[in-house]
Amino acid sequence: MILPYYVIIPLLTAFLITLIAGKKDYWAIMLSFIAISALLLLSVFSFLTMKEETVTYVMSNWSVPIGIILVQDALTSYTLIMVSIISFTSLMYSVQYIRHLSMDWRYYAIFMLLVTGMNGVIVTGDLFNLFVFLEISLFSAFALVAYGGRAEEFEAAFKYTVMGSVSSVLVLLGIAILYSATSNLNMAKIAQILPTVDSKITYWVGGLFIAGFGLKAAIMPFHTWLPDAHSSAPAPISAMLSGVLIKALGIYVIIRIFFNVFNAPEIFTNIFLVLGTISIIIGVFLAVGQWDMKRLLAYHSISQIGYILLGLGIATPLGILGAVFHLFNHAIFKSLLFYNAGSVEYALGTRDLRKMGNLTKVLPTTSQTSLIASLSISGIPPFNGFFSKLIIIIAAVQAGLMGYAFLAIIGSILTLASFMKVQRYGFRGDNIISSIINPVEWRMNSAMIILAVLCVLTSLMVVPGIKELTLDPVVKVITEKTQYVQLVLGGLNVH
Amino acid sequence: MLVYILCFGLFLVGIYGVIVKRDLVKIILALGIQGYAVNLMIVLFGYRNGSIYPILAKGKEPVPMVDPLPQALVLTSIVIELGTTALIVALAIKLFEKYGTFDITKIRRLSG
Repeated sequence: MILPYYVIIPLLTAFLITLIAGKKDYWAIMLSFIAISALLLLSVFSFLTMKEETVTYVMSNWSVPIGIILVQDALTSYTLIMVSIISFTSLMYSVQYIRHLSMDWRYYAIFMLLVTGMNGVIVTGDLFNLFVFLEISLFSAFALVAYGGRAEEFEAAFKYTVMGSVSSVLVLLGIAILYSATSNLNMAKIAQILPTVDSKITYWVGGLFIAGFGLKAAIMPFHTWLPDAHSSAPAPISAMLSGVLIKALGIYVIIRIFFNVFNAPEIFTNIFLVLGTISIIIGVFLAVGQWDMKRLLAYHSISQIGYILLGLGIATPLGILGAVFHLFNHAIFKSLLFYNAGSVEYALGTRDLRKMGNLTKVLPTTSQTSLIASLSISGIPPFNGFFSKLIIIIAAVQAGLMGYAFLAIIGSILTLASFMKVQRYGFRGDNIISSIINPVEWRMNSAMIILAVLCVLTSLMVVPGIKELTLDPVVKVITEKTQYVQLVLGGLNVH
Repeated sequence: MLVYILCFGLFLVGIYGVIVKRDLVKIILALGIQGYAVNLMIVLFGYRNGSIYPILAKGKEPVPMVDPLPQALVLTSIVIELGTTALIVALAIKLFEKYGTFDITKIRRLSG
């Protein structure tokens, strides 16, 4: 039973760090590395061994409608692997980057809490438990955004906290209404009972959840906090927030609730289509005009989340395949881009693209990996972003949604334009820069290289043969919708 | 029914405060009001007319009781709100140190 350890390991590590860290950060770094490596191994191992089965764990042996259960299926393991990879590289990157700010062990304790919250949200099978884990990870995210201690960071963190609290209240209200309608908090039981109650309940709760989780995923009308928070945070945290937090707390929960619990009513998938397309277009238009590199990347997060949502809205197996694949790819290339932006800021002391120039001599690793990441995000073959965007667009065409497919292509072209701007001004510009303030060392470089290699390797996931092992079980979990009930409750004795 | 409507009214007061107010402290208070409204709503969902507190003492006959689970949920959510409020007040203090004002129209170094 390895399921509870996804929560126990990071939570225990956070606790131990505060206990034994002392004044310096050596112990904190070592402990968190051990913990994150263990999580990475666990999640990869369980994904490879589980294939298509669903494992459940009943907390302290309380029978199902009373106790809390943890559920692990292919979608869970897939998201867990994503979180673990990004947190591993982010930690690696943090060691040098955060020491530059301070030798503080508290950073690592909060970081582990952030991972605890995300893993908890991903593995839980109980709605209120989901809310609690969601709050744990949001707390840590608020604190980490403000970590640098400059005025802008407090401003962004305040904005983020207000928006986060409002969204949590909406989510809580939704959960309360769902509880009053079904007398259950277990997601599988709710899915079982929901067809027998008035369908208006689903619409009310669905609306509240779209607003609540949409705020966390920064879907278009709810996006205002994201550019501030993600561009003000320290670079490794921006990578965590943009790479995995908005997906674990936003998109993953939306998939779980709307597909596995609500059985994906057409009205909601249509809303996803519209919101996704709006996010793609407006996000990318706002991004093109930015000169602050991290802000530009943050706006692109909104636009790329739009692609994932569009894929989910199409709701054919191919569309969902594209969405799930893009989920993983976006985590990898967006984190890599934030690392690039971070190391430029670290080395040059600026994020303004106009003040950068030709960095190929002074920061070779950063400029090369940024080229790979830019090609990935703008959808140039053979990198991963090309395949996932292509799948989503093909799925849209197959489903007869020509307009949406066209807008998605426009979004992709504008993405390419804005990353040509990044490369043109930021990394391969005219004024040749020969001296830097701080040298970027091997830890930051290797974090970037790992992700750059993954940018190429993950595109292999569409190759037939590997696809059956990696993406297809995940898609099956989503397309089977409320089969989730049988899979979860099947092996348990339910009263 | 009236109770639910009043409760929802309280929730709307909270939302109104968050959106309209310009003062950091008032925004924090509005967030609190919003949280309380939802907590109240959850307790109301567990209420049954004419039933007693949910403790089954020895030798007593089982009579209709209110649902104890929402009360447990509310306790948890109050604790969470306490944490959020503490954090956001700390942020407001830091903002006051940096900008010298609680007025959000003057705290605008981030834009675009």
